[in-house]
Amino acid sequence: MRFLAVVNVLSRVMLLFAASMALPWALSYAIHDGAQAAFGYSLAATLIAGLALWLATFQERRELQVRDGFLLVALVWTVLPGFAALPLMLSIDGLAFTDAYFEAVSGLTASGATVLEGLDRLAVSVNIWRGLMIWMGGMGVIVLAVAILPLLGVGGSQLFKAETPTPMKDTKLTPRIAETAKGLWLVYVGFTAACTLAYWLAGMDGFDALMHGFTTMGLGGFSSHDASYAYWNSPAIEAVAIVFMLVAAMNFASHFLAWRRLSARPYARDPEAGAMLLVLALAVFAVAGYLFLTGVYDEFGTALRYAAFNVVSLATTTGYANTDYGRWPVFAPLLMLFLSCFVSCSGSTGSGIKMIRAQILFRQLLRELLRTIHPRIYNPVKLSEIPVSNATVFAVLAYLFMYVTSVVVLTLLLTASGLDVVSGFSAAVASLNNTGPGLGEVGPSATYAGLTDTQTWICTFAMLLGRLELFTLLVVLTPAFWRK
Amino acid sequence: MKIVILGAGQVGGSVAESLVSEANDITVVDIEPQRLRTLQERLDLRTVLGSGAHPSVLAEAGIDDADLLVAVTQSDETNLVACRIAARMFNVPRRIARVRATDYLANERVLGEDGFDVDLSICPEQILTDYIVKLVEFPEALQVLDFAGGKVSLVAVRAFAGGPLVGHPLKDLRRHIPRVDARIVAIFRGDRSIVPDGDTVIETGDEVFCLAAAEHIREVMRELRRMDRPVRRVMIAGGGNIGLRLALALEERYSVRVIEHNKRRCELIAARLGEALVLNGDTTDEELLESENIGEMDLFVAVTNDDENNIMSSLLAKRMGARRVVSLINRRSYVDLLQSGQIDIAISPAQATIGTLLAHVRRGDVVAVHSLRRGAAEALEAVVHGDRESCKLTDRRVDEIDLPAGTTIGAVVRRGQVLMAHHDTVIRPEDHVIVFVTDKKNLPRVERMFQVGVRFV
Repeated sequence: MRFLAVVNVLSRVMLLFAASMALPWALSYAIHDGAQAAFGYSLAATLIAGLALWLATFQERRELQVRDGFLLVALVWTVLPGFAALPLMLSIDGLAFTDAYFEAVSGLTASGATVLEGLDRLAVSVNIWRGLMIWMGGMGVIVLAVAILPLLGVGGSQLFKAETPTPMKDTKLTPRIAETAKGLWLVYVGFTAACTLAYWLAGMDGFDALMHGFTTMGLGGFSSHDASYAYWNSPAIEAVAIVFMLVAAMNFASHFLAWRRLSARPYARDPEAGAMLLVLALAVFAVAGYLFLTGVYDEFGTALRYAAFNVVSLATTTGYANTDYGRWPVFAPLLMLFLSCFVSCSGSTGSGIKMIRAQILFRQLLRELLRTIHPRIYNPVKLSEIPVSNATVFAVLAYLFMYVTSVVVLTLLLTASGLDVVSGFSAAVASLNNTGPGLGEVGPSATYAGLTDTQTWICTFAMLLGRLELFTLLVVLTPAFWRK
Repeated sequence: MKIVILGAGQVGGSVAESLVSEANDITVVDIEPQRLRTLQERLDLRTVLGSGAHPSVLAEAGIDDADLLVAVTQSDETNLVACRIAARMFNVPRRIARVRATDYLANERVLGEDGFDVDLSICPEQILTDYIVKLVEFPEALQVLDFAGGKVSLVAVRAFAGGPLVGHPLKDLRRHIPRVDARIVAIFRGDRSIVPDGDTVIETGDEVFCLAAAEHIREVMRELRRMDRPVRRVMIAGGGNIGLRLALALEERYSVRVIEHNKRRCELIAARLGEALVLNGDTTDEELLESENIGEMDLFVAVTNDDENNIMSSLLAKRMGARRVVSLINRRSYVDLLQSGQIDIAISPAQATIGTLLAHVRRGDVVAVHSLRRGAAEALEAVVHGDRESCKLTDRRVDEIDLPAGTTIGAVVRRGQVLMAHHDTVIRPEDHVIVFVTDKKNLPRVERMFQVGVRFV
């Protein structure tokens, strides 16, 4: 373990992060929205802290190893929110550190759960900063660092994997990892630009279009309006949102390859995309039909509109709402909450178990069923005709166990701290999946502001845990990790 | 003709065997001294030890003045390299290679003149697979062979009481199925062959060979026996090369189970196969067969590379209720022992696969050769050239042609159209003629008939 070398890399990521604050700072100056000072101080603080750490560890530059990678990722994801919270604390009166940190973690993990009320009255640059956090965190701060800084040498691919873990370990799309990271970010930037433009054409104003472009592609549900998408009440804007949420929930490796080769074949060979679209289509029609039959909406068309937007938003772990679906009969929001656990694809900006793991688990289930009928059968789990090794299946099973355990423990902790069971369970699941809104006290019409400090910290931890797919964070917390 | 054969395995051995009997100078090259020794003891040929891909070894085998190179080692790469070297360094006029990997076959430039320069590539496993797939598609047939690119089929059927034509003279066939032009080219009763004419009466148990356009095969078979219900469930014993290809070819249309005893191989074929079930175990494991409902199987195919295993598992499967069992059997003596017994169809891999290869070695413009009845008889498709003067077939009516005994002209394919041969059919130049030879010793005479006389040149 080379702690100082890790800190050295951390310091450079912090400098990069400080640079990203320049955008809202400049914007704030340009339009005089009153947050200039907040961003100025925050930028300076981040810059100074980064520089200080860099100078202190300048001598320790060294190639990072696998273990160092985990530590770095864990540090980046816990330290950066502290600095990201600064502009929020400085510009919003009476915002406590706990809540500001929660908001920053919620942003950087692309969750979209908020503790802020009166979003419409916030400074424009603050809302843009909230969007920018989601956008950077969605694709991954370290992926960005690998892409931009000639930072990490060969060890870069280890960091890459630690930050965007998938069950299939072969994430290298190009011979050099920096090229891969660059390619992914380029595609990401391209889609974000397209999304922003589409929002603007559909009727949003420029700042809203940019902010929602950020949050849509990052699949985090921050909005600049308390009413979220109900503010516009526009089917066109909702349609744009649905399309780009689906794009962002697909594996960016497929987007990247499709763009590289200018063909749609990578999508056809992607085992997840088809399954995701199928599950979502079924769920949308099921929910729409249910809402229509139970009389929530008189017309099927209206039911379909609300079902489509909210199901896609929740299932892809985004967390926008265009109506208070918390008032729907509980089947519908519960289904949406469960969908958020597994719908988004690996390598996307979404979270949860991920479609690929769900598919592996489902095929493993079929395999066991077939094995009881034919005891001597050999039937490997296959994805896109390619067999998945047993080691991978076991890893996925372990992941699922860890995931379920996390849900149970977090739910218990939240209910022990005084939350009712629906709110506690949904807050645990929504935080772990980086979805944002839950049900009950943390439902779409409410915010996380009502939680006690303890509960807020539990949810903060849950969001980090979910974003780093459990193991990256947990491995740093095991004693074996620190043993020399 | 001087022939160099690379590889003394099953394929190389049987190629050598059938070519030796046709009076050629043969040299066999292999890296296994043991295999060469057994071959040399059995057959009149020369052997050279070494890798067939090495120029020095080829030179030692006398490739300099060879007319034909037959590269049939286990390794595609050795075969391909040998062909290329033979073509470029030694000017061997004709080169045949055994190529298994479909990757090489996918792009014709690989095998073409600027590639490895192979005249003919054969894949014995694929030929056998096609053979067995036909048996699955036509479960009533003993053998189904294609001629003229699949337009004409020759089908062997055992006549059973209940078929409308059984017990009747052949000329009734025309009355029974007037729309269908079919021709019965040979009948085997016991070990005797009967040259059929209009008054021949088909008896129960006869093995009848019938030529018809491919789409009419079923109607013809219906004349000779009660039709079975179509095959739905197939069990393949042995997941080797043939077993895997067979399963791949069948798995989409039928319910397929493959039994393989090697666990590593199980993993490999399970990865390749989609729908088919891969089971690990012995093909002769009664409990395994029982638990996999052997009694419900419409077809059991034993395709391991072990004769005894194939025979035993087939017998077991038949006894346990499999409707029809097919077994690969290499050894001739075993086949003779079994055919009339409980195994419905015994296939000799060597006989089934080397036909294509032999077609290339024959005199005359032979397009396809198929061995029938385990090599006792042969059906061949050849192109007629020349005119009435230079060739013994051209511009003659079928009844004018002086054919050796037991030889029948079955059909003529003229510009893609199938004509069943009748006594007054006239053969034209460039016709593809399908000839059925019941006695193999007449073959050289038949081939000579297709050759254009010296005068023509």
